[in-house]
Amino acid sequence: MNTADEALGAAFREEWGQVLATLIRVTGDWELAEECVQEAFTKALERWRAEGVPRRPGAWLTTAARNTAIDRLRRAAVGAEKLREVAAMWHEPESGEHAEIPDERLKLMFTCCHPALTMEARVALTLRTLAGLRPAEIARAFLVGEATINKRITRAKQKIKHAGIPYRVPPAHLLPERTPAVLAVLYLLFTEGYAATAGDALVRRELCAEAIRLARVLARLMPEEPEVSGLLALMLLHDARRATRVDADGALVLLADQDRTRWDAAEIEEGTALLDAALRRRSPGSYQIQAAIAACHAQAARPEDTDWAQIAALYGTLTRLHPAPVVELNRAVAVGMAEGPAAGLAIADALAASGTLSGYHLLPATRADFLRRLGRTEEAAQAYRAALGLAGTEAERGYLRGRLTELGG
Amino acid sequence: MQYLLLVCADAEAGAAHAQDGCEGWSEEMIERGVLRGGGGLRPPNEARTVRVREEQILYTDGPFAETREQVGGFTLIECADMDTALEIAAKHPAARYGCIEVRPMFTP
Repeated sequence: MNTADEALGAAFREEWGQVLATLIRVTGDWELAEECVQEAFTKALERWRAEGVPRRPGAWLTTAARNTAIDRLRRAAVGAEKLREVAAMWHEPESGEHAEIPDERLKLMFTCCHPALTMEARVALTLRTLAGLRPAEIARAFLVGEATINKRITRAKQKIKHAGIPYRVPPAHLLPERTPAVLAVLYLLFTEGYAATAGDALVRRELCAEAIRLARVLARLMPEEPEVSGLLALMLLHDARRATRVDADGALVLLADQDRTRWDAAEIEEGTALLDAALRRRSPGSYQIQAAIAACHAQAARPEDTDWAQIAALYGTLTRLHPAPVVELNRAVAVGMAEGPAAGLAIADALAASGTLSGYHLLPATRADFLRRLGRTEEAAQAYRAALGLAGTEAERGYLRGRLTELGG
Repeated sequence: MQYLLLVCADAEAGAAHAQDGCEGWSEEMIERGVLRGGGGLRPPNEARTVRVREEQILYTDGPFAETREQVGGFTLIECADMDTALEIAAKHPAARYGCIEVRPMFTP
């Protein structure tokens, strides 16, 4: 691969969202903007190969896309005012002398994650417009047809246009309500890639990388929001363990059995530093607390060094902040580690009695583990069998079968 | 942009609140100059529905909504964007016992 192609690949990852966001702002037309940006990248391939890579690829691409937009608007004979607006948006782009370009991606993020859109539409639109993923790639990541993704994206764009969804960063009084929606989309992107329950492994890794990249942009643009840094820290601390989560055969490796020397030290360091800075703002939120839990794991050199009491306390805080049965189940595990299996089992049994997690295989699996450690073998086997009947992936079933066999032998 | 706010509630809640005023909502919206019209509706059992099929006029009783929630009133508003429309809808007293559907109108 030559320099021009490499530069274009890098520009695509780094600049797509920013160039598209700028074009959407000046044209006010998502379809037109996307077509023009696509054309700019096509032009770039030819021109960069022939004439070399420009000093500011992003500026070059924006200018090329703007020129295409002017051309098309002129041919469509739109009002002179719109044309002037588009023409005036960029002064001397090639000189490299222009002032700092305001980052347009924040507007695009908030618009793609508008509460008037369904969660599915937000995710698809964010991946298409901000990350530049093709509908086929998004479809593969979420195991749905390409036509479905196309329809979702088209409908979302139509809705933005016809329902008067504003293209902007919401005013300050709406931010507390709207920022969590953006964070939820980014976190969903990450967990979809991270959970690796199904689908194309490579695409899924890309989802994690995109989620982290977009969270970095958001954290840079909203440095005063501790939950934004908290989310980025959480993603980094999880991502640091990525290489050790499945073995060579694709089987699940439990946290306690992972090779900690292969955890990504740089990601752990960055995540921990981000988290510390966020916590100093003294405005805790669920992402910061989850990141703090991940940091407890990441900082333990050996599984037996894990500060389970601290983790149990953090899950307690998380439950108070956002009561959810899954969080309570995690607390049961941490308490079981900190205070022994009997204390953990008491919490898990209460959850089982409440019935809120019926159908979720990790509840019987967790109970089975406590019962096994308490020497209540027959009850443990029964619970493992219940979990086996509910587990969704082969990797999880394989693990549970292994445990069940160990009990018998 | 114009939006139609459809005020929906189930029959019992709607009847219980039928005589409530708008608790200052109308006054605020008139002050802001966003109201373009609207009103409350009498119960659906007083309604008739008309269809014309193959040049035959068919009359039936009431609307046959699948859900328990029925349209009890409507307001036409004109405001800058969806965010403002949602904010106006959230302030409506009926949003606390029923729901408000915010529908963008076709722009001419």
